[in-house]
Amino acid sequence: MLRIAALLSLLFLLFLTGLGPIIWGDDALAIDTAALAQGASAAHPMGTDGLGRDVLARIMVASRLTVGLALLTTAIAVAGGLVLGGLPAVLGPRAGRLINGFVGLVVAFPGLLIALVLAVVFGSGGTAAALAIGVASIPSFARLTQTLAASVAGRDFIAAARVLGVGRVRMLYRHILPNIAEPLVVQATLGAGGALLAFAALSFLGLGVQSPGYDWGVLLNEGLNRVYINPAAALGPGLAVVLAGLAFNVMGEYAAQAFGGRSRVIRTRGRSSRPAPGPALRVRDLTVRYGDAVPVKGVSFEVVPGERVGIVGESGSGKSLTALAVSGLVEPPGQVSGDIEAAETAMVFQDPMTSLNPALRIATQLAEVATTHEGMSRRAARSLAVTRLTDVHIAQAARVVRQYPHELSGGMRQRAMIAMGLMGTPRLIIADEPTTALDVTVQKQILDLLREVSTTTGAAIVLVSHDLAVVGQLCSRVLVMYAGVIVEDLPVSRLTAEPDAGDGPAHPYTRALLAAVPDLTADRSRPLATIPGRMPSPLDVTGGCPFAPRCPRADSRCHAETPAFDGAVACWHPHTTEHVLKEESR
Amino acid sequence: MPDMPRHPWAHYLLRRATRFLISMALLVTATFAMVHAIPGDPVRAALGATASPELVAAKTHELGLDLPVWQQYARYLAALFSGELGASMTSGLPVAQTIADRLPYTSLLAAVALAVVMLVAVPLGMAMAAVTRGGRGRVGELLFTGVAGFLAVVPEFLLAVCLVALFAMGLEWLPVADVTGSMGPEFYILPALALAIGPAAALARIVRVEGLQVLASDYVRTARAKRLPARVVHLRHALPNLLTSALTIGGLLVSGLVAGSVLVENVFAWPGLGTALVEAIRAKDFPVVQGVVLIYGSAVLLVNFGVDLLLGRLDPRSVIGES
Repeated sequence: MLRIAALLSLLFLLFLTGLGPIIWGDDALAIDTAALAQGASAAHPMGTDGLGRDVLARIMVASRLTVGLALLTTAIAVAGGLVLGGLPAVLGPRAGRLINGFVGLVVAFPGLLIALVLAVVFGSGGTAAALAIGVASIPSFARLTQTLAASVAGRDFIAAARVLGVGRVRMLYRHILPNIAEPLVVQATLGAGGALLAFAALSFLGLGVQSPGYDWGVLLNEGLNRVYINPAAALGPGLAVVLAGLAFNVMGEYAAQAFGGRSRVIRTRGRSSRPAPGPALRVRDLTVRYGDAVPVKGVSFEVVPGERVGIVGESGSGKSLTALAVSGLVEPPGQVSGDIEAAETAMVFQDPMTSLNPALRIATQLAEVATTHEGMSRRAARSLAVTRLTDVHIAQAARVVRQYPHELSGGMRQRAMIAMGLMGTPRLIIADEPTTALDVTVQKQILDLLREVSTTTGAAIVLVSHDLAVVGQLCSRVLVMYAGVIVEDLPVSRLTAEPDAGDGPAHPYTRALLAAVPDLTADRSRPLATIPGRMPSPLDVTGGCPFAPRCPRADSRCHAETPAFDGAVACWHPHTTEHVLKEESR
Repeated sequence: MPDMPRHPWAHYLLRRATRFLISMALLVTATFAMVHAIPGDPVRAALGATASPELVAAKTHELGLDLPVWQQYARYLAALFSGELGASMTSGLPVAQTIADRLPYTSLLAAVALAVVMLVAVPLGMAMAAVTRGGRGRVGELLFTGVAGFLAVVPEFLLAVCLVALFAMGLEWLPVADVTGSMGPEFYILPALALAIGPAAALARIVRVEGLQVLASDYVRTARAKRLPARVVHLRHALPNLLTSALTIGGLLVSGLVAGSVLVENVFAWPGLGTALVEAIRAKDFPVVQGVVLIYGSAVLLVNFGVDLLLGRLDPRSVIGES
């Protein structure tokens, strides 16, 4: 759609500028003394000007000069901007800071104001105005170049090039400019539209193209003088300016989309239900779909009060989405189906840096839970907040509540998140990778805190993690997810048990997952164990066991029939069965 | 991590004030340099080819343009600090007088327009963000982005022309300013609309996009996880995080408004600074240009400074940060 619009825009501009003067050139000059300054008529659709020349023809002819001057202006702006914006990268940090500072100061002034001042210097006329507007737009292009260059400068390949001793100039044109070319092209196209408008403005003010030459701005000015007699003479050039400006914008948008590779997700309706509690959590046949992709495919499990359950799996196994769906936080286009019965829930998210509102004090964010749900007064809620922060072992809680999230450390913020969950009376705490963003010593403290909270309040915990060690420390029971389904449900003791002793995990995937965890006894001379192959994507429709392609124990049945989850394991050839079979065959 | 200053707010204030002063110095120097950058003899250019050489020489001497540049600069600075902006080359009227006469019209117009922009754009953008969050309301989204996108690219002077053609000529509902009569509130409607529609559309689009981002952020998810009513989620958790960007953009819009007002004033023959500036540029009447540009420039800088201070209050993170 945008592609067609962009193509049409390009054709429109090419047609006007290429053929406009050829087709309408004579009409634009023909002086019709019988029809001076007339309104719109069949012979002159937009009327005539003071010398009886056809306004429409003049608009068409003026397009070449107008668009040409806009492109010239853009070229000046882009060239100047590249030089000024690229200089800091070439000259080094000290001179660079000076230039950046200067650009930063100049960019604060409105471009048109700078252009007007420059018009005093350069004088009036087409080229002078192009120079004035072009130079006036240099700072904003320089700013863009510099920002983009800075964003690229932090990337690994630049660091690598620097290590290799690539010089600054070479770095700029070999490594930096090619990587920022796309956004620059987009901005230049959009900038051409802006230049066109600015030029029209300057000409309109009588500071751009001078008579007898004319561009759309001049025609607009002439038209406005006679707007009482013939509005079309003013609206016509105005329309031309807007259309051409839009054409540049559409092309810029298309360039941005083509470069950015944006895609849109198909929208479906979705709703999550949350009826009253029975157990802490009961999930039946939970499915989450995003269009054709089904990242969670019919998950069922139960969590009793006070129980601490871990959900583990590789990235993309659907464990986090399961947690989000349980707390009703899957947003459209995600679509949730199935039965979820959850007791009052508190969430602890992965990244405490972004999960707290940066603009609100800790006190506000904690207290509002109690004021909203428990109908507590603000003062009472505030003192409860202090108590809860103390409960999660935050020292000087009275001071901390007055602070903003950015003033706290990562561990403190995660504690504050947990305290926030405790402001109500949660019977279930869902913690989605709560320790992943924290360092190891803080991890342990947070896990200890979660365990303590669970024992003192009786709240059940569902811990989502890819880290078996974290799950082992906190949970008593583990759900193993693979490709959107639960493949095994086992007590944590079986996870840590010696697999060969016969009471290790039953599912080959769980065993493979365990084998991939390095420990202190791992032979460091050998590569780390991995699970060969990759997990099927949520888009794949799998017949048979989803793990079969990667499973050492898979046979033809595994590839053909999907094993049902029997409450403990979903596998045709679980390890325990084999163990029992061996016993029997003996 | 750099050392945290003991009083981050005072530190921030100092940094912003320094920046403001340097920008002012840049502005003053640029207006001074403008006269010297005019090719040929600026006095001759201003007085025209017919002026006698004696007159040009006398005027040049009067303006001090025959002095060494550094002395001229010193004179210029001294004059500025005593509020002296010189006199028009064409009319001989003091520039300060011209500005005092015309500034109220321009600033009132800009203030009305800015108020319209803010009052329309922020609620509209926020509402559209809430409605179109996560790909809902596709028709509304298309309609909004289409219309707002179109209005945002139509330059204000074209809007002004259209408004004149439609409401003043066609329907004859509203008057167009005339310099002779006194200006009642009804005279402000069309110019203020012409100035406000574009920026309002642009700001509403930005607020919507920012709003979508804020509504998708982890902390809004946290707020939803707390089962807060939608009103609290939007007004308490989303809006303050939105206001910072809306204010930043709003500050930029003010500079746009300044530029736009020059054009709109010319369409409506508004007795403001914009018409004076354009007349002066055409006549190469550089003392007037200098004075008006100084006013416009310092207005923009003042607004930016004010926005910075407000931002520091609204978003506590902006006080620290940046080295």
